[in-house]
Amino acid sequence: MQRIGVFICWCGSNIAATVDVKKVAETIKSEPGVVYSENYQYMCSENGQQLIKQAIKEHNLTGIVIGACSPRMHEATFRKAAEEAGLNPYMVEIANIREHCSWIHKDMDEATEKAVILVRTAIAKVKLNAPLQAGESPVIKRALVIGGGIAGIQAALDIADAGFEVDIVEKNATIGGRMAQLDKTFPTLDCSACILTPKMVDCAQHEKIDILSYSEVEDVKGFVGNFSVKIRRKARFVDETKCTGCKICMEKCPSKKGLNTFNMGLNNRPAIYIPFAQAIPNVAVIDPEQCIKLKTGKCGICQKFCGVGAIDYEQKDTFVERQYGAIVVATGFKPIELDAFNEYGYNDNKDVITSLELERLMNAAGPSNGVLLRPSDNEHPKVITFIQCVGSRDTSGCGKPYCSKICCMYTAKHAMLIREKYPDTQVNVFYIDVRTPGKNYDEFYRRAVEQYGVNYIKGMVGKVYNENGKLMVQGSNLIDNEQITIESDLVVLAAAIEPEPSVRKVATLLTASIDTNNFLTESHAKLRPVESPTAGVYLAGVCQGPKDIPETVSQASACAAKVIGLLVKDKLKTNPCVAMPDENMCNGCSQCANVCAYGAITYVDKEFRIGGGKTEIRRVANVNPAVCQGCGACTVTCPSGAMDLKGFSSKQIMSEVEAICKK
Amino acid sequence: MKDVELKMLERAKALLQSGEVARVIGWKKGEFCYDPAPASFESVEEMENGFVYNWFCGANLSKYLIQMAKKEGKTAVFLKPCDTYSFNQLVKEHRINRENVYVIAVECLAKLDVEKMKAKGVSFITDVEVVDKDVKVTTAYGVETLYKPDVVLSKCAVCTKTHQVKDEEIILHERPEREVNRFEEVEKLEAMTEDERFAFWREQLSKCIRCNACRNVCPACSCVKCVFDNPASGIAAKANDDKFEEQLFHIIRAFHVSGRCTDCGECSRVCPQNIPLHLLNRKFIKDIDTLYGEYQAGEESEGKTPLTTYTEGDTEPNDVFNGEAK
Repeated sequence: MQRIGVFICWCGSNIAATVDVKKVAETIKSEPGVVYSENYQYMCSENGQQLIKQAIKEHNLTGIVIGACSPRMHEATFRKAAEEAGLNPYMVEIANIREHCSWIHKDMDEATEKAVILVRTAIAKVKLNAPLQAGESPVIKRALVIGGGIAGIQAALDIADAGFEVDIVEKNATIGGRMAQLDKTFPTLDCSACILTPKMVDCAQHEKIDILSYSEVEDVKGFVGNFSVKIRRKARFVDETKCTGCKICMEKCPSKKGLNTFNMGLNNRPAIYIPFAQAIPNVAVIDPEQCIKLKTGKCGICQKFCGVGAIDYEQKDTFVERQYGAIVVATGFKPIELDAFNEYGYNDNKDVITSLELERLMNAAGPSNGVLLRPSDNEHPKVITFIQCVGSRDTSGCGKPYCSKICCMYTAKHAMLIREKYPDTQVNVFYIDVRTPGKNYDEFYRRAVEQYGVNYIKGMVGKVYNENGKLMVQGSNLIDNEQITIESDLVVLAAAIEPEPSVRKVATLLTASIDTNNFLTESHAKLRPVESPTAGVYLAGVCQGPKDIPETVSQASACAAKVIGLLVKDKLKTNPCVAMPDENMCNGCSQCANVCAYGAITYVDKEFRIGGGKTEIRRVANVNPAVCQGCGACTVTCPSGAMDLKGFSSKQIMSEVEAICKK
Repeated sequence: MKDVELKMLERAKALLQSGEVARVIGWKKGEFCYDPAPASFESVEEMENGFVYNWFCGANLSKYLIQMAKKEGKTAVFLKPCDTYSFNQLVKEHRINRENVYVIAVECLAKLDVEKMKAKGVSFITDVEVVDKDVKVTTAYGVETLYKPDVVLSKCAVCTKTHQVKDEEIILHERPEREVNRFEEVEKLEAMTEDERFAFWREQLSKCIRCNACRNVCPACSCVKCVFDNPASGIAAKANDDKFEEQLFHIIRAFHVSGRCTDCGECSRVCPQNIPLHLLNRKFIKDIDTLYGEYQAGEESEGKTPLTTYTEGDTEPNDVFNGEAK
């Protein structure tokens, strides 16, 4: 015989002001199976929990229902209390009479009636609850960081400093990412390379960090605490262990017409190259598309000149397979392609550039050694016009609906730096809104306007066209309510940023969810912002949403804290509310595996008795309880109803529905 | 068709004789020419005595392979174009081990519906000869000629299917090309008002005697344990809820096979009450085509299916509800 206890919480006046809690507790007493029903001001308080524990012991309760707030708030609290009183924690059900009832109703009678129904529903469910035991799985004490930009670097350093092994997988030939391309950083205007490269060096020298540059994640198996990852080490045609980074190959290489991607294609580089002076690892790489030897078989000059014999034209992609307990995704971003924005003339005019290209033009290590010269004729531009929100906050479908967040600040930075260095230059900025919240950010922007005399114009640009060698920027000035045309020498577009496209593949491999803009989704926008909904996968940097360097670094450190928190554990408690097939009914049709977002379902061949002393081998589903997140997608897909979810069985849910519908 | 039958017999015998296959799934002679039944032949003698392939071999043999392909040795099977889709779908769902089956693709040219022939007043049929669109029926009373499109099985009337699987083929006659719209009847139902449609289905489904023939013949209904036979599922009870008799049985069944139904039409062919059950499935197929892009179940034996795959372009349930689906 079931002995159910019911505990109705007032939540101060949160519930009690709209729900007659005493009446609910009283009414529920007559429910079959209920042997105890009580109400109390704060069930979650120490006294409230004491009340529950005492009742469990005194009345030999077999299951309890708490009528209180959302289970997201205090389910764990009440389960723990039950466990302390000797009741299996999964014999606890929560009836949400706050968020689902008192907060959304005004009429007391109605709300009270609904609260009774909700509690009755939970009683119907708890009667079918079965005691569950959480399982355990081991934790591999090594982390993988995908992406070696500032987010990946910071996360790796923090994890490694806590004493755990970390591998950084970077698809480019060097770590450093976008930040390495930047000139100065807002709001303090310190040189980007000066603050980034020491961290890159720290990574390279850290005994716990292994940098796998020029590598990509190829396959991921396993689950939290226990991932197995296959990594492709792309052939760089240079032996990483031998190359000393002397750069003689770069000097001698006869094929020098490759676009220098590090400089956003603004100048050329040889076929064998080190991306930039402070690259880590400081090892050359050959571009097979450009290398004469690899394309025609004739040349081999670099090999001849290499003093250490590091060049190997025969090198092939290799694969390594490693085990990790946690994975940090820090795949970063790229500016969007501007093909859909013909009105700004980006493809037609050399002197219409993006902000990232401007970063390279202003950088001392850039194509013009830091002297701001316009690309078409290497002249100093006298009038520079910035256009903000190119493809950001765009509802036309050409660009991105979101705000790229960093553009207002870097445009103010660019404007200020130009006015500082070239005071005879006129700088205009077209903007929709200037958004500069953040510590010392608005002050920074105001300095650009007030101190540096940057001409901010509220309005969008309709068209940029070339007239006699001048760039005519035609836009509206909404403050003065007029159409204006500004004759400019250089136009800089604040192109929207988007997640690095390779993140899609990474997300698929990790079964991490991704939103319509290709940003990885966090587990909870506010309360779990660095965790992916896939357990053991964490998010750092722009792959999760647009953010600047300080935010990225904070998030990366937060990520590291979460990873460390995971890796210090020897074993993980697994959620026992997972799917479980009834093998006698399983068809082995794979539909459940097809809908499983977590890759938790595999198949095994098992022998079954079929009567008459005979057996047959059937293919049946097998759920890995450590991977299953208990979402239930498989249970509704299974045609024979063989799949069920522990703690949320179809029977329990149907009995809840019936309890709600009962008059 | 006689020439095709001879060729099939010859091949099947050779396969059995050489030991390449342990059995052949085909059709066995019935009492009359119009009631051949699916059968498994394990020897040359059995084949010679009982094998038949004629204008009434409409039955889809794929589902039998779920059990037969588990047996020792290879199983040969004769599959008409439409049957190969069911076969593929079953391979996709891991219900048939492809390696244990030897598929002989056979020509079809549309099978006849004896009920439709009888309805035309032809009875005591002893033999049938088909020349183009003329069906020459020999009866106890003499020879009569029927117009073929009037008397083919419903499933054959709109069939444009081609063989999707074959290890070898026996095709002696070319099938004439044709354009058909298999959704014509579904469109008629869609054009009805809700009340009219309800009345239509009430009239049809009220005829159901719950003989389970549709379920038992359906290649998509291949569960080890059917939910309707499982008291613990709670679904059997729901199926008995009778706004009108057995409506929920058929609706639940249509949901269970949605996205997997190849439109083989067997449900309607075997229904003793002539309920056009295939229209429920065909409505689902049409909806899947509109909401998720054209999809024909059974065209491949692996890959993704629209109802068990999420893509960002998927139609939101709300849009369907509000009639704003793409």
